[in-house]
Amino acid sequence: MVKMDRIKIFQNKLLVLSLIIITIMIMIAIFAPILAPHDPNLIDLSNKLKEPSLTFPLGTDHLGRCVLSRIIYGTQVSIGAAFLVMGISIFIGIIIGTFAGYKGGWIDQVFMRLCDVLLSFPSLVLSLALIGILGPNFKNLIIALVIVQWVPYARMIRGLMLVMKERHFIMAAKIAGTTDTIIIIRHMLPHILPQVLVFAFLDIGTVILHISGLSFLGLGIQPPTAEWGMMINDSKQFLRNYPSLMLYPGMMIMLVVMSFNLLGDSLRDLLDPTHK
Amino acid sequence: MFGFIIKRLVSMIPILVGVSLITFILIHLVPVEPAEAYLRLSNGVPTEEAIQEVREELGLDKPLYAQYVDWLYKAVQLDFGTSFVTKRPVWDEMMIYIPATVQLTVTAFILMLILSLPIGVFSALYKDKLFDQISRMFSYVGASMPGFWLGFLLIYFFSLQLNLFPTSGKGTLFHLVLPSLTLALAHISTYARLLRTSMLENFNQPFVFYARARGLRERTVIVKHVLKNALLPVITVAGMGFGYMLAGSVIVENVFAWPGIGRFFVSAVFNRDYPVIQCYVLFNTAIFVLVNMVVDIVCAALDPRIR
Repeated sequence: MVKMDRIKIFQNKLLVLSLIIITIMIMIAIFAPILAPHDPNLIDLSNKLKEPSLTFPLGTDHLGRCVLSRIIYGTQVSIGAAFLVMGISIFIGIIIGTFAGYKGGWIDQVFMRLCDVLLSFPSLVLSLALIGILGPNFKNLIIALVIVQWVPYARMIRGLMLVMKERHFIMAAKIAGTTDTIIIIRHMLPHILPQVLVFAFLDIGTVILHISGLSFLGLGIQPPTAEWGMMINDSKQFLRNYPSLMLYPGMMIMLVVMSFNLLGDSLRDLLDPTHK
Repeated sequence: MFGFIIKRLVSMIPILVGVSLITFILIHLVPVEPAEAYLRLSNGVPTEEAIQEVREELGLDKPLYAQYVDWLYKAVQLDFGTSFVTKRPVWDEMMIYIPATVQLTVTAFILMLILSLPIGVFSALYKDKLFDQISRMFSYVGASMPGFWLGFLLIYFFSLQLNLFPTSGKGTLFHLVLPSLTLALAHISTYARLLRTSMLENFNQPFVFYARARGLRERTVIVKHVLKNALLPVITVAGMGFGYMLAGSVIVENVFAWPGIGRFFVSAVFNRDYPVIQCYVLFNTAIFVLVNMVVDIVCAALDPRIR
């Protein structure tokens, strides 16, 4: 028992730590224009590949742009795009999953078959294909990721709805003559959302990794927007002499993804203590 | 067992039809008309007559379902049309790059199995001890690292600083080490953790208690009773892992300039070479579906309860 408690406290520490890091990151993203010492896209070839100094705390890249400013602005893109993808995916997931689970019937059948097919694609391949066909830009990156992401949410919500439908308080509401819309919004969704959100926190790190990976390939965020994955790609030819150019953006990606993963894990353990 | 295989094969048919349908529809999402895109690339003038000609040539004037049947009939025979860029059959082009990608993915897969097995077993045996804590930490780091960044870190330390391995390209076995390690590393931590959880669950099973009560040696109990049962769920996920690695090779190939289909695909995207994109998607997905099926059959062969 004592040991259990110690693990709990340890995990709560991690939860607090990850929350602090994520809050700082979101703050950096919001206040990027104030925090960044320079314009992240200002090209100044006379200042290229400078070592860190007081004016350029992390040095400059091959086009003379301030690395620190680009990293700060990169927070906006990575976290912003990931939240956008998650938000749209969960929204679509809730609507379709609710319909399929609550209504059942042929809607459910069609939905399940569609899920089977969409899940037969390795997720990266499907987003690569969509971006390949639609053309690489920010809008298509979001579309491609949403098309891959909404499926597990819809399936999860459908499953939860099916279980929920049989609960006594829902039946009571039905007998009392409550409309379906009110049952779903007032009685079912509030029970389902916490579980969906924990799942979302476990997932958001993967989305951030996908965004940076696709941007690294040149298929995601397009230049000149500062994005961490793209910064790593830009710096690869200077790896031998300027390894720090590659080091900072990668560390930022890792820090953000790890914080979200830790947060998701800790939240899941809090909600579901049987999970180890 | 035979019945199970037949059932599993039949259940694959609607999936494959659905996958092919989606891949087929993808092409029709192209912002420009395929016939026009084709003409632009071959430097033809996209006049109305020329577009009409290409439409007929590519069969784009037929109704959609007829196009799909035509396309599927050809795709089954590995005819994916001609590349817009090289003007050669897409499958012939793919075959140039496929061996390199398969070599990389299979090596990474074997590496993953060899490394995650002992790590998973020892973290289960020494639960919450130092080894387990270290492996837990590594699994967090491994799951949070972008693969391409890890690749560059490995290049920096092992190629540029220590001069142990070549930085890029394909050739000797030394060329294979860093790319396959990069591809495998993120997965190793996942499977090791999974195996650990699975083993811990089995430790509490009555048959383990019984095996111990019979006075079997602890090693026999662990290997024959715990590990054997714990491996089943891991095998299923490892099968999916192979598909993810095959897809993930697109990033690793671009880091290490490995001449595989991933790099070919990325250049096809920039050239708007749609038949190549389509073929790449179909190839990856077909392998993913097939491997999953084989894994299911293997699991059923190992565990009569599934059949």
